[in-house]
Amino acid sequence: MIIIYYICRLIQIGTTMNEFIQTISTPWPWYVAGTLIGLTVPTLLIIGNKTFGISSNLRHLCAACFPANITFFKYDWKKETWNLLFVVGVIIGAFIATHYLSNPTLIKINPVLQQELAKEGITDFKNLLPKDLFSFEALFTLRGFILMVVGGFLVGFGTRYANGCTSGHSIMGLSNLQWPSLVATICFMIGGFVMTNFILPYILQLK
Amino acid sequence: MMSENKEITNSDKSIAHNNSAKKENGRSLIKYSLVGIVFGIVFVKAEIISWFRIQEMFKLQSFHMYGVIGTAVVLGALSVALIKKFKIKTLQKEAIVITNKPFTKGNIYGGLLFGLGWAMTGACPGPLFAQIGAGIGSISIVIASALLGTWTYGYFKEKLPH
Repeated sequence: MIIIYYICRLIQIGTTMNEFIQTISTPWPWYVAGTLIGLTVPTLLIIGNKTFGISSNLRHLCAACFPANITFFKYDWKKETWNLLFVVGVIIGAFIATHYLSNPTLIKINPVLQQELAKEGITDFKNLLPKDLFSFEALFTLRGFILMVVGGFLVGFGTRYANGCTSGHSIMGLSNLQWPSLVATICFMIGGFVMTNFILPYILQLK
Repeated sequence: MMSENKEITNSDKSIAHNNSAKKENGRSLIKYSLVGIVFGIVFVKAEIISWFRIQEMFKLQSFHMYGVIGTAVVLGALSVALIKKFKIKTLQKEAIVITNKPFTKGNIYGGLLFGLGWAMTGACPGPLFAQIGAGIGSISIVIASALLGTWTYGYFKEKLPH
């Protein structure tokens, strides 16, 4: 009897484990994501006195690979190895989530956005990014080139000029009540609103 | 300990992500990768790295991203306040130091430029790396271009208004 009881218990634990995997495989709600991202701030501070900020890694990579005798890239980037390892972790984590915790259903996209994009020939809503705009083939279309190459350049140039990105300013900086971070965050949002609503519709027409 | 910290942060205020005076070896650095892994999983599972989610945010068509960033800031601010109030130390028993962000005009000009790029690529630097992990190989072009952008900023830094 006792053995049967324990077998039943084990099966029960097995099913709860499966249920758990199934539960975390569905898309996570904003409050779960927000909580985990917010807790990164104290975690990094407590485990090693590190302030959260991802865009600096672009600078560290420049300093490590192409310093070209530029003062801005002459510093001991090796001291920031922890941050590069953090990014390696992000890449691994994204790989794990995509391959082992993936959700088979399509991502839900606002139907209004779907219609607006469909008008410009963007009809692939299966992935996190539209293949019609972000792929090696799309790179050879004018709009794909602008979004990937010019967009990427603005991300790299703008974050360094602003001395931080969404993580360094909008999350770490605001958490530490830094008003320059609030200014930067407001500017990020203004730039984004202007691009999405007033410029992007024209870029999308450049097929 | 404090004087050592000061020396480090004074060398260049714009780096200063590492306020620990202690040198860490390879093995103890792995913990940062572990935090990164959790972060990467969240990015994918909450679809933060989706171009569509960023478009919805800037078109006010979805609450999702506002919820994510809002919750993160509230929890982050609460944690920092508690750390300051109770003078919580690091696991290595150091005092926690958070470098202040100085204001420059770059916060405005750079911020606006980054905002434009954010809406175009649908990704800030963190999600760009996560997209690589999610197997979207063409994003390597976007990252290469972002590196060129950062390098170009470094090259012209002295000539730009700050």
